[in-house]
Amino acid sequence: MEHSNHIDNTVNHLFRQESGKMVAVLVKIFGAENIEMAEDVVQDALVSALETWKYRGMPDNPRAWLYRTAKNKAIDIIRRNKYSTRIDFSDPNKQLLTSGYTMNVTMDNYWKEDQIKDDFLAMMYACCHPDISEENQITFILKSLCGFSTKEVARSFLTSEDTISKRLYRTKEYFRKHKIRPKIPTSNEIAAKTKTVLNAIYLMFNEGYNATHADQLIRKDVIEQAMLLCRSLLSVERTQLPEVYALMALMCFHAARLDSRLTTEGELILLSKQDRTQWDTVIIQSGKKYLNKAAFGDTLSTYHIEAAIAYEHCIAKEYKNTNWSMILKYYDIFLNITHDPIVFLNRCMVILELHGPDKALKAIETIKNNKVIEKYYLYHATLGEIYIRLQQNTKAVIHYQKAIQLTQSKPEKQFLKDKVARILN
Amino acid sequence: MKEFLYLIRGGQEKYEKNSPDEMQKHMEHWQEWMGGLAQAGQLVGGQPLMTEGKTLSEGGAKIIDRPLAEGKELVGGYLLIKADSLDHASEIAKGCPSFEYGCTVEVREISPM
Repeated sequence: MEHSNHIDNTVNHLFRQESGKMVAVLVKIFGAENIEMAEDVVQDALVSALETWKYRGMPDNPRAWLYRTAKNKAIDIIRRNKYSTRIDFSDPNKQLLTSGYTMNVTMDNYWKEDQIKDDFLAMMYACCHPDISEENQITFILKSLCGFSTKEVARSFLTSEDTISKRLYRTKEYFRKHKIRPKIPTSNEIAAKTKTVLNAIYLMFNEGYNATHADQLIRKDVIEQAMLLCRSLLSVERTQLPEVYALMALMCFHAARLDSRLTTEGELILLSKQDRTQWDTVIIQSGKKYLNKAAFGDTLSTYHIEAAIAYEHCIAKEYKNTNWSMILKYYDIFLNITHDPIVFLNRCMVILELHGPDKALKAIETIKNNKVIEKYYLYHATLGEIYIRLQQNTKAVIHYQKAIQLTQSKPEKQFLKDKVARILN
Repeated sequence: MKEFLYLIRGGQEKYEKNSPDEMQKHMEHWQEWMGGLAQAGQLVGGQPLMTEGKTLSEGGAKIIDRPLAEGKELVGGYLLIKADSLDHASEIAKGCPSFEYGCTVEVREISPM
């Protein structure tokens, strides 16, 4: 039992790491219109691995075993489809897959280490095409590049498997219709295209980080995979851009605090109340290294600023030691490059900490009567917080009530309800 | 461009004695050479053949359980390529890795339809 558990764990881990790369290589061989063929081969290889390893034990190099198995299965498929039109062999490289003189060497060439890295990244860029909705992008990435089952993706989004299957279908349709040939963008498009990839990675990360609903294991898995994707961008010179380092740093600073954010019952713990001894100093240190590396070129992305802010929180020994004046400076820069209302509201909270409730109220009132922002639960939650500090409890409760109505998140609702209860008692 | 058939004969003996490493090298040469043809749009197709075969004659009444020719004459594979002329096709054939095995390559133009 223990033996087979060990195999399950190794296979799971291996599969998370390798399945996306295998899919990427196979998509290159079969064409993106045959992405399901690629996924089936990878799935088959995994099943073979589980079956064989359970009887004969783990091979010395499980990864190589898995790749070899996938390769052999791919050869079988090519043999079967040599004369069918399902696979387009018109590309000169692929044409060599159809002759006994050249098939094996050509197939081997598809599985060379550097090549695989590039193919994987190319696939990431393909998945993050702006024509594919963000939701569908992340769904597809989790399923096809991170080796999640449909069930696991559904669990991490707290939605049905049916919904996930539909999303996957749409993305695959897109690939089919547009005959997408995944490739790493050329140097003059790389910055713009990387932006969409980073956006998807960060969304994915936040899905794992903020989703208090889903079970812990899946959440951690999603977070780990988001970081793995970002690291794979950093492993290739062409995609080592400042903003990629910045996002990597940001995710480290967040991930370091992951365990201290929730109670065992899954309730949110405020930053001021978190047990800072639980923060992972090793990850904070690697975050710092990434942040240093992010400081080249003339790119200042939102990730840079968010990372700088998160870093300030990470290095404060206690909440009261937080360098709020530094953080406020970062927020000022932040608002200069984006007009995100959340950023605006967070800045108000920083003013509340630094200069007190009167100044904070003044700051937040500069956007009074803004119809859009009034629909944000965070706007009302922030006002509630300010009014408590001003000891205007009635107003505080009114805003908290509004915030409760506006948020969908259960833990947030509970959190706000507790606040109201405390005021009223 | 016209189409040509390369009939590759012989080489069987050496082929069987080859070490896996030598084999690998040899196959890489095939990959390079045919890859070049494919890139140039000159490769139509081609396959190595199994050594087993049957030969029918006398209206099908007589069957022998082997290919007609043996040894150096045994057809071991074929390629179909595109070239401007018979001379051009023969020039291209000079790069064929089968010569490493002492094969002969017969170049024949495919009769136009």
